[in-house]
Amino acid sequence: MDAIAFSVNGVARSVTAHPASRLSDVLRDHLGLTGTKVGCNAGDCGACTVLIDGKQVCACLTAVAQVAGRRIVTVEGLADDRRFARLQQSFHVHGAAQCGICSPGMLTAAADLLARNAKPTEADVCGALGGVLCRCTGYRKIVEAVLAAADSGLEPEPLTTGRAVGRRVPKPDGLAKLTGAERYAADEFPADALWLRVVRSPHVRARFSVGDLAPLRQAHPGLEDVITAADVPENSFGIFPDYKEQPVLAEGETRFRGEAVAALVGNYETVTRIADHELPIRWEPLAPRSTMDDALANRGEPIHADRPDNVLIHGRVVKGDVDMGLARAEFAAEGEFDTAYVEHAYIELEAGWAERVGDRIRIFACTQTPYMDRDEVARVLAIEPGRVHIVPSAVGGAFGGKLDVSVQPLLAVAAWKLGRPVRTVYTRPESMASTTKRHPARMRARLACDRAGRLMAADFSGDFNTGAYASWGSTVANRVPIHASGPYFVPHVRAVTRAVYTNGPIAGAFRGFGVPQSTIVHEALIDELAERAGIDRLEFRHRNALRAGQPTATGQVLKASCGLVQCLEALRPLWRRAVADCDAFNRDQPPLGPSRGLRRGVGVGCMWYGIGNTVIANPSAMRVSLRKDGRFLLYNGAVDIGQGSNTILVQIVADALGVPMDQVGYVMGDTDLTEDAGKTSASRQTFVSGNAARLAGLDLRQRLLRRLEVGEDAVLGVENGELVAIDGGRRSAIPLGYLPADGRGDIDVGHGSFNPPTVPLDTDGQGEPYATYAFGAQVAEVEVDLELGTTRLLKITAAHDVGRAINPTQVEGQIHGGIAQGIGMALMEEYHAGKTENLHDYLIPTFGDVPPIEVILIEDREPLGPHGAKGVGEPALIPTAPAIFGAIRHATGVTVRQAPATPDRLRAAILAMQR
Amino acid sequence: MSRYFRPQSLDEALRALSSAGLNILAGGTDFYPARVGSTVDEDILDITALDELRGLQETEQGFRIGALTTWSDIITAKLPAYFDCLKLAARELGGVQIQNAATIVGNICNASPAADGVPPLLSLGAEVEVARADSRRIVPLDQFITGNRRTGREPGELVTAIHVPRWSASARSHFLKLGARKYLVISIAMVSGVVEPDAEGVIARCGFAVGSCSAVAQRLSDLERALTGEALGGELSARVGPAHLAMLAPLTDVRGTADYRVDAALALVRRTIRVLAGE
Repeated sequence: MDAIAFSVNGVARSVTAHPASRLSDVLRDHLGLTGTKVGCNAGDCGACTVLIDGKQVCACLTAVAQVAGRRIVTVEGLADDRRFARLQQSFHVHGAAQCGICSPGMLTAAADLLARNAKPTEADVCGALGGVLCRCTGYRKIVEAVLAAADSGLEPEPLTTGRAVGRRVPKPDGLAKLTGAERYAADEFPADALWLRVVRSPHVRARFSVGDLAPLRQAHPGLEDVITAADVPENSFGIFPDYKEQPVLAEGETRFRGEAVAALVGNYETVTRIADHELPIRWEPLAPRSTMDDALANRGEPIHADRPDNVLIHGRVVKGDVDMGLARAEFAAEGEFDTAYVEHAYIELEAGWAERVGDRIRIFACTQTPYMDRDEVARVLAIEPGRVHIVPSAVGGAFGGKLDVSVQPLLAVAAWKLGRPVRTVYTRPESMASTTKRHPARMRARLACDRAGRLMAADFSGDFNTGAYASWGSTVANRVPIHASGPYFVPHVRAVTRAVYTNGPIAGAFRGFGVPQSTIVHEALIDELAERAGIDRLEFRHRNALRAGQPTATGQVLKASCGLVQCLEALRPLWRRAVADCDAFNRDQPPLGPSRGLRRGVGVGCMWYGIGNTVIANPSAMRVSLRKDGRFLLYNGAVDIGQGSNTILVQIVADALGVPMDQVGYVMGDTDLTEDAGKTSASRQTFVSGNAARLAGLDLRQRLLRRLEVGEDAVLGVENGELVAIDGGRRSAIPLGYLPADGRGDIDVGHGSFNPPTVPLDTDGQGEPYATYAFGAQVAEVEVDLELGTTRLLKITAAHDVGRAINPTQVEGQIHGGIAQGIGMALMEEYHAGKTENLHDYLIPTFGDVPPIEVILIEDREPLGPHGAKGVGEPALIPTAPAIFGAIRHATGVTVRQAPATPDRLRAAILAMQR
Repeated sequence: MSRYFRPQSLDEALRALSSAGLNILAGGTDFYPARVGSTVDEDILDITALDELRGLQETEQGFRIGALTTWSDIITAKLPAYFDCLKLAARELGGVQIQNAATIVGNICNASPAADGVPPLLSLGAEVEVARADSRRIVPLDQFITGNRRTGREPGELVTAIHVPRWSASARSHFLKLGARKYLVISIAMVSGVVEPDAEGVIARCGFAVGSCSAVAQRLSDLERALTGEALGGELSARVGPAHLAMLAPLTDVRGTADYRVDAALALVRRTIRVLAGE
């Protein structure tokens, strides 16, 4: 241990630390500067970027000894320089931070650039910031923000006046994310917290037994306890009541590589220094069922004793007579398609801490679903849910991956047993190995149309690899058949699915619940059908697009907000221009040959997506209060995972109350303070919680107007310590001091709740599974290097029917981010257990991989939605890969049948076609 | 608790190295990623305070790149055109954060099959300067790297510099890296080429190397022989055939199949020649 002196943000500091300590750890743990984030500890993500003597460097790769005598600037110190304060403001106004976990790295990298180059080009920005990964924004708004900051910046729209809905107001939590003040899951913990490290299975499938742990504890005095299955009161959890099958800590058998078998609890140095092999665990590897073929072959012991065929669930939608429809059709197209495991790759690692408070347990962690966490933890500890208090941290990206518990039950069991606070932060490899993925799918389908290009029949079957435990596999198996014939009117549909257990990583929820996979299938086949029928691909889709009044695959007749036709019509001029551009470019290229040549192509992908849970009730309840300090407070049970519900809901409440947005605060997701607003998934928070928040705001407004004895149209406000209403010319006021407040400080509380109306599905899957659907279409323009099989994206144009854009900047941000993830799924993302457990072997798009994006918002109002709004989070991702694959086919003639279309796969397909 | 030495002079460093088994730390960009989730518990020699290892100097024979030279130093250095291959590799190695910290010598000593610095230095004919307390030796780079993450550096030795021989002023070079994304990518294949045309435009000397397609990046000696004496221009790239890449022994891994790698490497070699020949 040496004393090492350096300057941080202009202040002289001296720390006593091991000289090889990572600078990032010293900044966070010794100096409390938690604005510097750690996403990988390997230099792969750039979240920890700081300036050392003005140059951007990864703090996680810097030995603290090496900064002796040097000047460090972290995100917390950027505002000291006017240029960099303007940069932060520009990020804020442009919506360049979504979850915000990468923002400190982005800002410091941008500061380095602007200090050297006052007038950077877009290429300069991408080059300078290219070492920082973002999983939310798709990078485009970050580029805009940096360029604008170099220019003149931009003033935000004031929050103090006028209606909020429909405006590009910045996030209320935006500045905290841009100054380093926001508290993510790893940023808060008591000083005396013990550290928990999980010991995980090195085997894909194995039996094991744990021997006497006493010698290990004797050998390591800093080790307080080793938690095993025996310490877990009820060692099973799972999303749905029927599938509570996943152990917190495995008992006797592990079913996937990376499954938790024990937890070491003690001081950090001790538990991280103990090697896994020091534990007295006897392993007996078993033959794994690694693939769906292995699992379905049904030989040997099943993965779960009560599922002898290794099938979790079957999904089914049948409408009309598919065989007849196929027989009578003029043209048909069919094919088999495969997709890969895809990792969420949020930059924030799973983290948190727990402590026992009397007979209750309190957990601070990142999550998408505090109330489900509460119930899971209560089950595991075998206590009543009311004794569990979940406090969600700010969430640094989730995308479905934080819908399942990760650290929560482990921390709870340890803190409950030891009576001391316990914390943990997963490592990147641990996060990747142990948490859920997108389901790999193997899908086969046949689509048919008549001579005029009208779709007649769709026959789809798909197997979805759900891995070792159920997670959200049943949701995927049930949602896919509903959507598998696409956003089209198809008279005859048969769509069947299976979720199949394997010893692979657990597949769960990931932006779209299986629909991104099945959309690849119908969109590829539509392209082939259009070609056979001699109809332009966009016009073919336009002809068949579902219109209000037509029944869906489940027989549901949508009465309104069915905007695919408008999306396609908005894209039509661009589509014609793009097709002509491609043809012109390709004409000028040398003849096709194996050794050289670029070819351009354009493709279109269409989507639809049911908002909210499939049939299952998914109510949201909100409360809004007038506080004794005269502010309004939204008790908001919906967790903002970066997508922006903290903004949208405040906008909606402000307008419902008729007050400026800056008078409305919120608490988020705390289960002791809020009501259950359901999970942040299925693109439901704007539609479902937005309605609940609006109703709560209206309810409070009514109560206050009644107190003031004024009419419905009165203008409400709080001025100079008085609750005031102006009704026509009449002013009515009550001093806040005269109004009694409850123990929480609330004078009056408005309540609102909303549960989307659905009709259960019958055995043929007929019914009304969702109250509303989002629609969208995207056009991708690509250039394929035939010789290398690489695909360069030139532009993506996205038209989405969102009902109503409550905040256009945020809607665009969701679309950009969804497109970036769609690009990853199309071209590079493929998770292999044990091989790609880091962010350099597992590739997600970087600054240079997302092309210019043009967003066209279609606002076909949903009568049930708040202000007509629906949802956009998942819809944004779904059409991207299909559009890219359509463009690749247009460019090369190759139909992509296996996603991702990596260079080696595409090159092999091009060579096979040329032979 | 591990010991940590950060000496101020090379002599001190070499003495420490001769007496104890020490892990050498410079930019840290390979050191820390190998220790994710674990505490550093080995003894360390941090060489970043050794000012004598800093900088890039012109020598009688060519250029000496000190062991602490970072990739950013290479990008900003004024160097002859034949260093373009190294500058291009520098720009594609990690993000700017990595380029600011990582050293070229560290890239060589880490000896990854996908080390971005190796093909350019091989094609330039670089040599490695290795020092120990009482002696100093120079080893050609293609002999220094002996395998996947293996080098000829012996206990007690420190790599102090890389020497790049002088090429004539007419020499020029190019580098191409193929990966599945734009930034922060480990290559599937990469190619570096240097040509030195004489006054008549005939190749007097050249160097070509391919990375990520074998345990160690390979010089394409057959190709170099075939091209030497040929006139730059025309359809020179068409002369390159699979036989010139016969020494490559690629693996199939998550980044690409072995067949694809050879196929792509051939395409990249042809493109490199096209650029160098102005085809």
